[in-house]
Amino acid sequence: METFDLLAQGLLAALQVHNLIYALIGVTLGTAVGVLPGIGPALTVALLLPVTYRLDPAGSLIMFAGIYYGGMYGGSTTSILLNTPGESASIVTALEGNKMARKGRGGPALATAAIGSFVAGLLATLGLAFIAPFVVKFALSFGPWDYFALMVLAFVTVSAAFGDSALRGLTALFIGLGLGLIGIDLQTGQTRLAFGVMDLLDGIEVTTLAVALFAIGETLKTASDRDQANAEVTAVKGSVWMTLEDWKRSWASWLRGTFIGFPIGAMPAGGADVASFLSYSAEKSFSKKPEEFGNGAIEGVAGPEAANNASAAGTLVPLLTLGLPTTATAAIMLAGFQQFGLQPGPLLFANNAPLVWALIASLLVANFMLLVLNLPLIGLWVRLLTIPKHWLYAGILTFATLGTLGANGAMSMGFGPVRISFELVLLLAFGVLGYLLRRFGYPIAPVVVGLILGPMAEQQLRRALAISQGDLAILFSSPISIVLYVVAIIAVGLPLIMRLRGQGSVLGQLATDED
Amino acid sequence: MTIGSSKPERRPDGAALVIAAILAGLAVIIFWQTSQMRLPPLQQRVGPTVFPYVIATGLVLLAIGTVVSAMRGSFPERSKDDYHAIFWIVGGLIGQILLLSTAGFSIATGVLFAFTARAFGRGPLWQTILIGSVFAFVVWFIFAKGLQLSLPAGLIENLLTTGSF
Repeated sequence: METFDLLAQGLLAALQVHNLIYALIGVTLGTAVGVLPGIGPALTVALLLPVTYRLDPAGSLIMFAGIYYGGMYGGSTTSILLNTPGESASIVTALEGNKMARKGRGGPALATAAIGSFVAGLLATLGLAFIAPFVVKFALSFGPWDYFALMVLAFVTVSAAFGDSALRGLTALFIGLGLGLIGIDLQTGQTRLAFGVMDLLDGIEVTTLAVALFAIGETLKTASDRDQANAEVTAVKGSVWMTLEDWKRSWASWLRGTFIGFPIGAMPAGGADVASFLSYSAEKSFSKKPEEFGNGAIEGVAGPEAANNASAAGTLVPLLTLGLPTTATAAIMLAGFQQFGLQPGPLLFANNAPLVWALIASLLVANFMLLVLNLPLIGLWVRLLTIPKHWLYAGILTFATLGTLGANGAMSMGFGPVRISFELVLLLAFGVLGYLLRRFGYPIAPVVVGLILGPMAEQQLRRALAISQGDLAILFSSPISIVLYVVAIIAVGLPLIMRLRGQGSVLGQLATDED
Repeated sequence: MTIGSSKPERRPDGAALVIAAILAGLAVIIFWQTSQMRLPPLQQRVGPTVFPYVIATGLVLLAIGTVVSAMRGSFPERSKDDYHAIFWIVGGLIGQILLLSTAGFSIATGVLFAFTARAFGRGPLWQTILIGSVFAFVVWFIFAKGLQLSLPAGLIENLLTTGSF
């Protein structure tokens, strides 16, 4: 019953006017970036980090969570009406949703996506509220070796388990881990890989890397790739409302989607795109009218949309209780916590309980706001899709450089009267890296997760080895760590076997991408 | 990128070999830099060099894997990319970096804005630089004055906000 009290208190805090305003800004921005192709919640949160530096921590975090949830809602609109998913978790929605829109059933498709997202968001957030305290209790007994094993598992699931190539996933991860080495080692004060550059002593900023990979890399790829068709927006014709038949066919799919999505997000088993894909397959096999799949089956929109929202809420379980980010957006939200001197993990629940519960409660509030924003106001969001590409991407780069300068505007390099911002040079370099990664089929998220999680994993590893005085056996000394390693081995091994048996294409569709 | 091929023929993928070389190069840099570190004997056992060596070893293995992958031609097919667009955007970013300290945020970012629009085929430059600079100034004003973000100010920003240079 303790959870109820804490949640009620959190709800009171979340309903305060300033927190409501932060939540509203968050969900509005989130929906907008979810709708716009090319930018997602990870980039938006990264851009907003420097701006929120002086704001209230609780309010800022509520806003970030609103952006995350909003991005999941908004993405479905783009998939359904444009057939170009706004964020990667909505790829599956495009399969049936766009078919429905072309048949003039765009309205009900958007409605089942929005209501499904709402149902899933609500249930999954409650799930988060009730599971989190148990995980926290459990996590308090974790030693550094258990944390290290947990991070190894996260590395594996983010990079190798899904996607069409474990090699490219791991390469992306190791690039991130390598970048994480740069700077002063916190435990000994030794400088590593800084090459005498003062600006590198503090290490690479997660936000600079994320903004570069997502904003600059994506802009370069979109501008240069002539194959990208200019997709047309399908107008919403007919009634927005779902018929009784639609409701009957949707409700079970929403629930199934939620129960698939939430554990996948919570267990570090991959991102929202994995959840939505699995939900799609489940709906296909459960459906009474499987012949409609591929021609606009409403279950194929309802299930995956519920699954991707539930998985977004699930991702917050390891993030808040263990400090373990499993998606790019979660990694940047972790940077957001750290910006305010907060370290997510079991201690956060003990030391900052009001903040954590206000954040969780505000997710419930954000969910109601999103339902209102996405059903009656849908026409407004659709208009965002008509912004011409040249203005859209010129604007994205303007904000990308603005955010980077705002975070670190020091002009520490230069020649003569011309001073140069080192942070912008890094932005350019990582932007080109982001383009090359996209061009050669490397996933982006493992780079970001590697940069933020690498130093944390190193710290736990060294703590463990310091306790055991260098004996590696300590890493396998607890039952928890052994279980985690076994899961990690299965997560690498199973896809490997599937690929060898020619089922690689299935995994390719499960690629954990941007958000 | 020696052979910019996209055909799944049985020929080593040149670009993938270049990637493997880069990964191996990164590993060498990490090995070399880490070996240069002077450590007090107390730290040597599980000190700050362990993790870099692990990561560098991983990069070597991945480089080998990439070579194998390149030989088997198992990289995904690549689209034919238009490098003009890339030069425009990279040029815009370099332009902004160089102009920022002298011309101020609005003009420097206006150049970036215009070059990016140009990469998507929108011109003429004089017009888009103007549009971009006005847009950048509005954004600068909101963030620098409204949200107290420290952004570099130049001639235009000072003139328009304080009335003097």
